Amino acid sequence: MLTRPAVITALTQQFAGLTVSEFRGDTRLVAPREQAFAVLEQLKFAHGFDLLVDVTCVDYLNAREATDRFGLVYLLANTVENDRLTVRVFLNEPELTVPSMVPLWEGANWLEREVYDMFGITFAGHPDLRRILLPDEFAAYPLRKDYPLRGRGERHNFPVLRRDQA
Amino acid sequence: MAVDLPDNVVVTKLDELASWCRKNSLWPMPFATACCGIELMATGASKYDLARFGAEVFRFSPRQCDLMIVAGRVVMKMLPVLQRIWQQMPEPKWCISMGACASTGGVFDTYCVVQGVDRFLPVDMYIPGCPPRPEQLIQAIIDLQDKIQREGTIFGAEFKQTQRQQAKRALIELPVIGQASEFRAAQS
Repeated sequence: MLTRPAVITALTQQFAGLTVSEFRGDTRLVAPREQAFAVLEQLKFAHGFDLLVDVTCVDYLNAREATDRFGLVYLLANTVENDRLTVRVFLNEPELTVPSMVPLWEGANWLEREVYDMFGITFAGHPDLRRILLPDEFAAYPLRKDYPLRGRGERHNFPVLRRDQA
Repeated sequence: MAVDLPDNVVVTKLDELASWCRKNSLWPMPFATACCGIELMATGASKYDLARFGAEVFRFSPRQCDLMIVAGRVVMKMLPVLQRIWQQMPEPKWCISMGACASTGGVFDTYCVVQGVDRFLPVDMYIPGCPPRPEQLIQAIIDLQDKIQREGTIFGAEFKQTQRQQAKRALIELPVIGQASEFRAAQS
């Protein structure tokens, strides 16, 4: 769904580094890492994007025409004006830290934990940045493209519990 | 010297008597994590009626069970739960690995799905199928009853841990694929 043009023009006038594009009726916006929090803050408080639908990530390793390693994706919705907007933040190793969006949307808490669990991107200021799906002992980030599909043997080398540990 | 026995007296061995009691009162622990659990429920329900074979008393407390039925895929995070439930079941106890996922990982050949619970539990019966039909589960329980009758002893000598684990080939012979040094380091 296309975002209202007034929102986009106001944003691009306020922030210099934004790239706006459209794809099949959806508005997409690429923000630099340094501006990410300010852009999202502006979107929430000035333009009424009150719902953070999802936070997810894409690993562009070896992808054609890709210039950056990770693309962090924020899907936003304005439930009053019925607007939707995709905000991307591109990240490269070793700087895989972005500000946490939990101060803006409480719902970002578990979403960011999932991105941290699967991609190893750390969120500065997150109140509880632990793994959410995998066991705490897991050491790798399995949705990165350089992680083998069958893992590095974690599924076989899990400790066998003894009677006195049960 | 011939002894005349009345018709209502049966002579047997103590081992066989114990095994006969055990095999006809199996209390299953349904560890149903996937679609195999639906077939497991169907097996217990009226159409297939597992009660005909003396194993219908599904208990959801491991302390009351002696037959673990692992029905469905087990992921790494579920594995400690499965192991803990298994350890909390009193001896003598048996384990059925129901379906392709529990036995081999099935189509879920990924980093987090355990490729066969027999690496962590001593499995007595494997049931192929995706999911197996209730008839297959019933057949496995009947075969397990035969096994209990054949191998059982009254003092449970067949459950000595070392002997039992040596008998389970899969626990020893499965190769460890890849390196997990970083994972092991995180453990300690």
